[in-house]
Amino acid sequence: MKLRSAIYLASAALALAALTLAGSLPSDAADKIDPVADAKAFQKFFTDKFPKVKFEDFVNGPYSMNEDLHRQWQEKEQFPPYEFSLEMGKEMFSKPFKNGKSYEDCFPNKGIGIRQNYPYFDEKEGKVITLELALNRCREANGEPPYSYVKDEMAALTAYMAFTSRGKPMDIKIPNDPRALAAYENGKEYFYTRRGQLNFSCATCHVQSPGERIRAEILAPALGIVNAMPIYRSEWSGMGTTSRRFTTCNSQIRGVPLSPQDDEYRNVEYYLSYVSNGLPISGPGARP
Amino acid sequence: MASTIRVRATSSGETTEVQALIQHPMDSGFVKDAKGEIIPPHFIQQLTFEYEGKNVFTADWGGGVSKDPYVKFAFKGGKKGDELKISWVDNKGATDTTTAKIQ
Repeated sequence: MKLRSAIYLASAALALAALTLAGSLPSDAADKIDPVADAKAFQKFFTDKFPKVKFEDFVNGPYSMNEDLHRQWQEKEQFPPYEFSLEMGKEMFSKPFKNGKSYEDCFPNKGIGIRQNYPYFDEKEGKVITLELALNRCREANGEPPYSYVKDEMAALTAYMAFTSRGKPMDIKIPNDPRALAAYENGKEYFYTRRGQLNFSCATCHVQSPGERIRAEILAPALGIVNAMPIYRSEWSGMGTTSRRFTTCNSQIRGVPLSPQDDEYRNVEYYLSYVSNGLPISGPGARP
Repeated sequence: MASTIRVRATSSGETTEVQALIQHPMDSGFVKDAKGEIIPPHFIQQLTFEYEGKNVFTADWGGGVSKDPYVKFAFKGGKKGDELKISWVDNKGATDTTTAKIQ
């Protein structure tokens, strides 16, 4: 017992020493925020780790990791479970609000085929604007109550918008603005920070262990994970948005989830979408 | 409101393969909602597929079948272009019917 605590103490002291050492070194290029290099390294990591998986197949999450699952999924896609939601979204999208306007008036190109540009950094506000946030803002601007961010109507609307953008490569831009870089960096930090009782970070599952089983499920790679949103999960027997995915992930690692569309969540989405640039939009998706 | 039934029937000459997806909550009557109140039972009791006036498939269901059920079966016969009639009735007496052409 005594020996063990001595070892702990010694290693803690060592770690401290290392920290102070690192802190006293002059900062070099490694500290610079470089999204372009990040994205390149991120994508290279996955393509090296899974040389057999086609680049555009990463958006299919667990289905790109396992042939059996892939076959089941292809069979399922003949009769996709998200179809009802998609139809509802299509109906809702063009239906005018009480004031006669509709969602089409809030978005460029009437909201068709623009999913790949979200989330974007709004330089006026200095904030990351996600598609879900933009949809609710559109509702509020037209005197309608906002929808819940988690499922049902929001999932239906985003499903329709994603469907009209299918196959278009993710195209997230980071403007030359220190606030945009800070938002990106904050999202990246959140993604790699361990939290919760299980002490997992997002990356623990989705960077370190994609393709591995977590109980009966197969973990999806973080690369292209946002391209398939919103998703129909058999586990939920229903649809879920990106917000739902983030909050449930946080509770599954026994952490305390933030509220949907919190600043940090939007920044995570910004980071994840940026490093998935170039991969096609495949939403709405289906997941086991 | 669009139909709650999605059907795809494909003939291979000898047999016809039918797939259907039905939108229905299929509440068993044993589940409680967020307030702790029981969600009353609401499930499909009978689902039928008719071809040329004859039942080719009947399902007697209860609360044990999951939400938005999916059915797949095959029957002998069935010609391309013929119609298949699908209908369900639930325990509250609600029904829905649709027809689909065999491809």
